Amino acid sequence: MNNLIILPIIFPFIIGAILIIFSKKHKLQRVISGVASILMLILTIYLAIIVFQDGIIVLEASNWPAPFGIVLVADMFATLMLLLTAIISTACLFFAFKTITPKREKFYFYAFYYFLLVGVNGAFLTGDIFNLFVFFEVLLLSSYGLIVHGGTKYQLRESFKYVIINVFTSALFVVAISWLYSVTGTLNMAHISERVAEMEQTGVINIIAMMLFIVFATKGALFPLYFWLPKSYFGPPAAIAALFGGLLTKVGIYAIIRVFTLIFYHDVEYSHKMIISIAAGFTMLLGVLGAVSQFDFKRILSYHIISQVGYMVMGLGIFTPLAVAGAIFYIAHHMVVKTALFLFEGAAKRVTGLSDLRQMGGLLKTHPWLAWLFFITAISLAGIPPFSGFFSKFPIILAGFQEEQYILAGVALLVGLLTLFSMMKIFGFAFWGKQKHTEEQANINIRKLLVPVAPLVLLTIVLGFAAEPVFQYSLQVAEQIMDPQIYIDSVLKE
Amino acid sequence: MRNSKPNNMMIQTAMRFITIIVFAFSFYLFFAGHNAPGGGFIGGLMTASAILVLYLAFDRKKMNKAIPIDFTVVIGIGLLFAVGTGIASMLFDYPFLTHFFDYFHFPFFGEVELTTALTFDLGVYLVVVGAAMSIILVIAGDDQ
Amino acid sequence: MEIVMSIVIGIVFAVSVYLLLSRNLIRIILGTLTISHGVHLLLITMSELQRGAPPLLNLGEENYTDPLPQALVLTAIVIAFGVTSMLLVMAYRTYQEHKTEDLEQLRGSEDE
Repeated sequence: MNNLIILPIIFPFIIGAILIIFSKKHKLQRVISGVASILMLILTIYLAIIVFQDGIIVLEASNWPAPFGIVLVADMFATLMLLLTAIISTACLFFAFKTITPKREKFYFYAFYYFLLVGVNGAFLTGDIFNLFVFFEVLLLSSYGLIVHGGTKYQLRESFKYVIINVFTSALFVVAISWLYSVTGTLNMAHISERVAEMEQTGVINIIAMMLFIVFATKGALFPLYFWLPKSYFGPPAAIAALFGGLLTKVGIYAIIRVFTLIFYHDVEYSHKMIISIAAGFTMLLGVLGAVSQFDFKRILSYHIISQVGYMVMGLGIFTPLAVAGAIFYIAHHMVVKTALFLFEGAAKRVTGLSDLRQMGGLLKTHPWLAWLFFITAISLAGIPPFSGFFSKFPIILAGFQEEQYILAGVALLVGLLTLFSMMKIFGFAFWGKQKHTEEQANINIRKLLVPVAPLVLLTIVLGFAAEPVFQYSLQVAEQIMDPQIYIDSVLKE
Repeated sequence: MRNSKPNNMMIQTAMRFITIIVFAFSFYLFFAGHNAPGGGFIGGLMTASAILVLYLAFDRKKMNKAIPIDFTVVIGIGLLFAVGTGIASMLFDYPFLTHFFDYFHFPFFGEVELTTALTFDLGVYLVVVGAAMSIILVIAGDDQ
Repeated sequence: MEIVMSIVIGIVFAVSVYLLLSRNLIRIILGTLTISHGVHLLLITMSELQRGAPPLLNLGEENYTDPLPQALVLTAIVIAFGVTSMLLVMAYRTYQEHKTEDLEQLRGSEDE
C-alpha cells in the first residue's frame, strides 16, 4: 500500500489542525498530542520494518507519473530518520508536559510542535527538490514560532537574527533550484540525477552543487556558517532547545547527504574530498573549541552540536561505505544523546534556576539519579567504549585512516578528547563539588522530569551493546544511498 | 482610542454596499478557479479585505458581536478541509490528493464542472481568510 | 530579454543586500521582501521567458508556456507572504520589548 508513506506527513498535519481548534483547552491538547506522538512512534517503526523488508516505497502524489508530479520516496535512510524523529519528539513532548506553563501551552505550542514535525518528516520523505524547499519552509516557519515562544526579551532579540539568516538562505535555496531547473529542466531528484550523470558534473553543475551546499550548511550549522546557532538555541525553554538541538540541524545534514550521494557524486575529488572534508574538519575543531571556552551548561551543549555535525559530514567527505555507514550511525547516536543532554540541562535548571556552571555545584549529592544518568549520556557523547558514541565514531575514524586522510582523522580524535574534557567540566562544576543551591532547592523532586529522558539513556546503552546489528543496518543504509541507481530505478521505474 | 465618536455615517452606509459587492466578487473568484484565474487564495484574500473594510467602518466591539468567530479556529478547519480532500482519495485506494472531475447539469446554471479540487480550494480559502484576519486583528488590537 | 531581466534581478539583489546590511529592523524586513522578489524573478527568467499562451485549459491555444515555473513562483510568493507577516509581527514585538529598532543596541553582551 503506497499511501502508507504519506501518513508521517499528514498525520501530524491533522493533529496540528485539530490542536489549533482546541487551542484554549490545554489539558485536552496534552491528551491529543501525547496519544498522537505514541501513534507516530508505532507508525514509523512499522514503516522502517516494511521498507527494510520490501525495499524502497514510492508514492506518486495526485497520481501524476514520476518526473512530472511530486513523488515521495521512503528508502531506508529516510525511514531511519523518521523513526529517530519520532523517538526524540516523543521524549521532548512528554518533557514539555512537565515544564511548559499552561499560559504558553494555550499559545499554540503543540500546534507549532506538530507542524514542525510535518516539515521535518516531509523533508525526509520528499523526492522533489522544490518540494524539499517547501517542507523546509514549513519546518522553519514552525521553528520561528517555537523559538520565540514565550516572547522573553532575550528570545525576541536572538530569534530575529535566526529568522533573518534562515530567510536569506531560503532565498539562496530557491536561486539554486532555479539554476538547477534551467540546466536540467526537471525538479524530480531522481530525474535530476540522471540528467546530471548525462551531462557530467563540471562547471555550472559544480557551482549549483556548492550553492546547495552553502544553503544546507547554514541550516545544518557547518563551518563557517554556524555562528547563529549557540545564541539562538540558548533562549527557548529546554524542551524546545532539545528538540531543535536534536533535530533541526540534522535535517540540513540529511539534505547534504541526500544531495551529495544522489545527484552530485561524480566529482568526488573536488566536492567531497576537498570542500566537504575541509568544512567538516574546521566545523569539528572550532565547535569543540567554542565549547571548551564556555562556562554555561546550555552553551556548551550548543557548541557541541556544531562539533558533532562535523563528524557526520566527515563521514560523507571520506565517502566510502564504511564512513557513510559510520555517519549514519553517528546521526542516530547524536540525535538520541544530544536530546537527552539538553533535557538534563532543563532538569538541572529546574533545581538550581540557572545554567551558569560557576554558580552550580553538588547536584550529585541531592539528585543522584540526574547526575548518574547525565554521566552515562555525557561519556557516551564523548565516545567511551560501552556506549553508542564509541561504536559510531570508530568506523568514521577508521575509514579516515584507511583513506589516508590522516589530518582529518587526527582532528576527529583530538575533538573526541576535548569533548570528553568539556563534558567532564560540566560534571565537575555542576554535579561534583560543594552544594551551592539552597536546601529548599535540594528538596525539589525531579523524578517526573527524568521519566521521559530515561528511555533515551537506555537507548544509547542499547545502541552501544547492540552495536553489531545496528552497524550492519547502517551499512545497508549506506550501501543503498551510495548506489543512486537503486533510488532512480524505483522512482522512475525503468 | 479617543472617547469622542467621529461621525462616520457616510462610510458606514457606503461600506454596507461595497462589502456586498466585494463579497460577491470574492465568491466569483473562488468558483472561477481551477481552470481560469481565481481560486481559494485570492478569493480568500478578497473576502478578508471585505471583512476588514467592515472592521474599519464599524468599531471592533460591534464587529465582534456581528461575527462571533475566532479566526484562528477557521485556519484549523480550513487545514482539515484541505487534508481531508487528500484523504478522501486515499479511501478509494488512489494515491494521496488524486483529484476527480465531472460535468453536471444544473437548472439555471447550465453545465457546470465540479471537481474535488473545489473542496481543497475551500480549505485554502478558509486558511487564507483565517490567517489574514487573525494577523491583522492581533496587530490592530494591540494598542489598547 | 533574458539579459535585461538578469540585470534587473542583479539590481534587485544589490538593493536587498544593501537593505539587509542596514541596522534598522524595518529596513531589514524590506530587504528580505526585495530579495524574495528578486528570487521570484530569477525563477521565472531561468526557465526562459516564453511567449506562448497562458497554460489555461479553456483557451484552446496550441503554444503554451511552461506552467511549472509559474506554479513554483506562486508557491514561493505564498511562502514569502507568510514569512514576511511572521517577521513583521516579530519585529513589532521586539520593538515593544526593547523599545528600540536599532540592531546595534540589540547586540546583547557575551555573558548573559
